Amino acid sequence: MSEENVESPAANAVGGSEDASGSEAGRGSDGPSTPDRALERLEPALLVAVGGFAGAALRHAAAVALPGGFPWGTLAVNVAGSFALGVLLYEARLTGQLGARTRLVLGTGFLSSFTTYSTFAVQTAALAPPLAVANAAANYALGFAAVLVGHAAVRSVVAPEVAR
Amino acid sequence: MTPYLLVGAGGVLGALSRFAVGAWLPGRRRDTLAVNVLGSFALGALTVGLADGSALLTALGTGFCGAFTTFSSFAVETVELHEDGATRVAVGNAAVHLVGALLAVALGGWTATAVAG
Repeated sequence: MSEENVESPAANAVGGSEDASGSEAGRGSDGPSTPDRALERLEPALLVAVGGFAGAALRHAAAVALPGGFPWGTLAVNVAGSFALGVLLYEARLTGQLGARTRLVLGTGFLSSFTTYSTFAVQTAALAPPLAVANAAANYALGFAAVLVGHAAVRSVVAPEVAR
Repeated sequence: MTPYLLVGAGGVLGALSRFAVGAWLPGRRRDTLAVNVLGSFALGALTVGLADGSALLTALGTGFCGAFTTFSSFAVETVELHEDGATRVAVGNAAVHLVGALLAVALGGWTATAVAG
């Protein structure tokens, strides 16, 4: 799966002028293999990588900034990230104004790396039983509520458009 | 390297790996469960096997495993199941995630102890 087409460099210098609208459509053309096409294939991974770097680093910043003892940092990023991903994906589902690139860099890249399940699980396992139950309940209840609030927020903003 | 660079670099690899699993395991909930259980196993093993505060634990644990697994996708998918009327599936998804991840953490720690001898 690692085929790379890097022949005929600089064959067309004007590639990329067609995405002026910023929409995700217009990918169906079956042109010849050029470096532009290779870059186009790499683009999703680059978007995910950029978002992943920022999301993980910011999660670390939250863990450092918030007091220790109880895993407040993980709770904070999980709730905030769930709200934001709820808004992002629900908006894309209702109106589709946010394109595939936005979903990749912000959703798959940034927010999915900003939030974490493994750290939540390890921290829960390390807590004394009453605190472990409290931590799991807080992450679940507040995380789900955050998604619901995010959906409601999107509906209140775009519902007039969608429902007409 | 600062901790932020270590975490960020691990985060890049974690996010790309999760993206790759998503491409191999189509179906949103299945790939989320797979990365979360697998990542919890790995973080359980790393936490037991590596010294607290080491650069490797920062990069692989906080960076890679933290970014490979995701809470936000899990939460959105679970809530959307409920909103689509499949509330029992949503509850099952939430429970399987929690039990699966906690068991994976324990199994990872046990594996690291066994390997370290």
